[in-house]
Amino acid sequence: MPQEHRLILKHADQPGYTPDMECYLRHGGYDALKKVLALAPKDLPDGKKVSPQEQVREDVKSSGLRGRGGAGFSAGIKWSLVDRRSGKPIYLICNADESEPGTFKDRQIIHKDPHQLIEGMILSCWANDVKLAYLYIRGEMPQGAKLLNKALDEARTKNFLGKNILGSGYDLEIYVHRGAGAYICGEETGLIESLEGKRAYPRIKPPYFPAVLGLYMCPTIVNNVETLCHVKHIVNMGPAEYAKLGTPNNTGTRIVSLSGDVKRPGYFEIEVGKVTLGELINDPAFGGGLREGRKLKAVIPGGSSSKILKAGETFKLNRKGPDGQMAKVDVSLLDLPYDFDSLMAAGTMSGSGAIIVLDDTRDIVETLANLAEFYAHESCGQCTPCREGALWMSKALHRMTHGEGRKADADYLLHIAQNIQGRTICAFGEAAAWPVLSFVKKFKEDFETKGAADEAKAAAKH
Amino acid sequence: MSAPATTEAKPASPAAALVPPPPSDKIKIKVDGREVEVPKMMPDWQGKPQPTTMLQACHLAGHEVPHYCYHPKLPIAGNCRMCLVEFGTPQLGPDRKPVLNEDGTSKIAKSVLPYEPTTPRGAIACATPISPGMEIYPNSPATKQMREAVLESLLINHPLDCPICDQAGECKLQEYSVQHGQAESRFVEQKVHKPKAVDLGPRIVLDDERCVLCTRCIRFTKDIVGDDALGIVNRGSYNTIAAWAEGAFDNNYTLNTVDICPVGALTSKDFRFQMRVWFMKETKSLCTSCGTGCNIVVGSREEKVYRYEPRQNDAVNSTWMCDSGRLNYKWIGRADRLQKCGMRIAERGMLEVAWPTALKAISAKLSSAPTGSVAVIASARQTTEELWLLAKLAKKFNALTDSIARNGEGDKLLVNSDKNPNSNGSRVTGIAGPQLGANLAKIADGIRIGSIKTLIVFGEDVTKHGIGVDLLAKLDTLIVSDILPNATTAAAHFVLPGCAHVEKRGTFVNVKGRVQKFMRAVEAPGDARPEWEFLHELVHHVTGQNGFSTIEGLFNQMAREVPGFAGLEWAKLGDTGVTVQI
Repeated sequence: MPQEHRLILKHADQPGYTPDMECYLRHGGYDALKKVLALAPKDLPDGKKVSPQEQVREDVKSSGLRGRGGAGFSAGIKWSLVDRRSGKPIYLICNADESEPGTFKDRQIIHKDPHQLIEGMILSCWANDVKLAYLYIRGEMPQGAKLLNKALDEARTKNFLGKNILGSGYDLEIYVHRGAGAYICGEETGLIESLEGKRAYPRIKPPYFPAVLGLYMCPTIVNNVETLCHVKHIVNMGPAEYAKLGTPNNTGTRIVSLSGDVKRPGYFEIEVGKVTLGELINDPAFGGGLREGRKLKAVIPGGSSSKILKAGETFKLNRKGPDGQMAKVDVSLLDLPYDFDSLMAAGTMSGSGAIIVLDDTRDIVETLANLAEFYAHESCGQCTPCREGALWMSKALHRMTHGEGRKADADYLLHIAQNIQGRTICAFGEAAAWPVLSFVKKFKEDFETKGAADEAKAAAKH
Repeated sequence: MSAPATTEAKPASPAAALVPPPPSDKIKIKVDGREVEVPKMMPDWQGKPQPTTMLQACHLAGHEVPHYCYHPKLPIAGNCRMCLVEFGTPQLGPDRKPVLNEDGTSKIAKSVLPYEPTTPRGAIACATPISPGMEIYPNSPATKQMREAVLESLLINHPLDCPICDQAGECKLQEYSVQHGQAESRFVEQKVHKPKAVDLGPRIVLDDERCVLCTRCIRFTKDIVGDDALGIVNRGSYNTIAAWAEGAFDNNYTLNTVDICPVGALTSKDFRFQMRVWFMKETKSLCTSCGTGCNIVVGSREEKVYRYEPRQNDAVNSTWMCDSGRLNYKWIGRADRLQKCGMRIAERGMLEVAWPTALKAISAKLSSAPTGSVAVIASARQTTEELWLLAKLAKKFNALTDSIARNGEGDKLLVNSDKNPNSNGSRVTGIAGPQLGANLAKIADGIRIGSIKTLIVFGEDVTKHGIGVDLLAKLDTLIVSDILPNATTAAAHFVLPGCAHVEKRGTFVNVKGRVQKFMRAVEAPGDARPEWEFLHELVHHVTGQNGFSTIEGLFNQMAREVPGFAGLEWAKLGDTGVTVQI
């Protein structure tokens, strides 16, 4: 029986667990910080010394931790790309602009266990010689910002933050910055621009890779809330022990946000890859199945921008056969392990870990129109293909859902979306195009039938 | 938000940008199948050497990559996506060494979408640095398709009101549609409607529907002028350019945004709806409003000037000019321009006469004037050739000479506090000393005590500079040449109608010693003639020295005689001039 494995949310929902410092300390809070501050430099056989900070950076890399924000990029490699020779300060930013539709995991941490995030940030800052860090929280979470500010105050009182932390000689300050309500602020370079007080226009890369030219043109690390929390557990458990959680190359746990047409929507922390999509949807420990009499139509597996998967689809996955050889194996939708690599092999992504389930009562054109409206509304408008294309697609879908569809609209939509993906400054282009491309390709009949019906109706009127 | 694989071309590692380039300063790449060697570093918008971009490399290879937001003198934005080009880089094996074809050449890995390896992934040529062995495909089907798609996107919400748009004829949407676009659009939805005729500032009107949101105007005013007056409001397809308050876009450089606006979004209140651009003649000229000498293009039609626009000269004005200089042309067509030669006959007053009559009479007067009885007040708004001819004339009488200083406020960008276009010209030719106007008091004294009997005034109203009407009345002969009537022309015995600089050719020497030439855009009204033409005749009549009757010959002769101009030739000045030591 697949079960939740609660690491990040271990205490969060326990009766009596409160977001204040005392409670956190009673549960082993800030022990990881004390542990790293006590670390000694390690001597290598070749006579070189490895600083305690380098050791932690190495541990994060070897733990296999992958970013929980959406791209699933190795956190250790991200840290290793930071330019440490520029002489400029290094900044760390916690990306708490959780806005991908369907995603509601980071807010659990922020609201129920803010000190865990702060400890994770302090550890990550310390490991990267960061003296100043920002916590960029989306504007729609005022309560979360309040809680975080209170928690930061508590941490300052206990000297977990501020000057000469716990007598170690290390100084760090963290500030909370509230966004003003734009999805694009979750894109790391857009976030940086916003933090600098500008319009959140994502930066062009090259040359503005945050690791080299980030906040105030200084080297900058941007990590997701959940990712930073994992650092605490990697320190506590050791990288080898941590890597035993999950599956190879997909280590640790992650919090899945399950929504849509299931009996028990909610958030569930699982070992990555140890639970399948089918289990997440149907198992009593998770989604509890669809409502009575409903059949599965499709799954959006990783936040609204991930490509939709159709019920009944099968995918070719690399699996180790009985003979120990890797071979391509057919895996059905519901048997897909929920991890980074399997979903990528299925042509989509686990993204922000948000699963949206659609049953057979859902109109696929209406659903896409809803998503397209979101992306048209949130496109920052900086670069041409996304600015013009996102609204174009939304208008076409609005027309289709208001009785003015055309049979040709399916190809029309594909044409627009294909001209957006891969041509924009940031990944929003993909985020806007992928739902359209995948919905229309996989449910072309739905679009063509609807369009043809509207055309027939219009012809009958004349 | 969720972040799928990034879409921008990535170098091997961000830290790689920090490694100093290897000693070789050239890179071999292929553009459209042809191997070219281009510099590793090239100047960026501020002139600082930066890794050469694909756009610069293509330019060197003879391929112009279309673009809207890129401007060589502005920071790179990368937002229009018009310069997307397909490209490839040498494929590396697991050992990080290039994989070779059978013929020993490097195997090229074309850039593709990471999640869809059959689809080419373009890079923006304006911001992507080249690397050794890179191949750029500016004419490939994939590149063409990307351009078509961007153009289609830019046009879906565009009003397509070319017939009434001032930009028509010099619009990048039009030009690229012809070169790179497609005839049909698939768009069947309602267009986005945005504000029209927005009053952005005292000289600028914005049509938001025509705007392609390239942000050139925003970057110009923020990064070049230092006036962060413009920005974008709203979001997505509803984005609009706005000033921080209505009408607040008001610095002395706002009209440059009209020039750099690639479409008809920003229009000049002065020029809009005045003339279709394709009817205008374009003439290379200079701005005369201060000593900077910004290079300009004069737009004119049928002897009427419609606009000035800056012309690139990196030694002087980059590609900009100030608003006050740009709009300082209206006096040229004034109805009260002096159009006839005038000669005062005691009992009959001022008579209109023909040029030969006036010049003959003046020559006769001057020929009999004793040494020391003549003074010359010239203008530092005259051309160097004219000043030189006046200096020649003055020499004959050992005359006191001077020109008038004209000072005002300067700024950090282009406006100089010297409001004469040719103060240095008057210094180099010896008309004035280092301090313009230092001889004026002496000349006034000379007239007062009667030692100066003849005064020659060019282009200045001396009654405003210490030589009042009462003094002028004491003169036996007052010879005045000017463009517009004033108190001095009213007191003159001879009035010779001259030309605005757009009506003649010549040179100015700017505050930094740049000798620059300008060409004739329009005909002068009535009998007005370029001053150098009739001065040349006068010098010939009075001194007996023959000169050249062409401006080229005259300049070259001057260059031979004036020490500061040694080695100069008219032809060598080119379009952007030559700097001399002042």
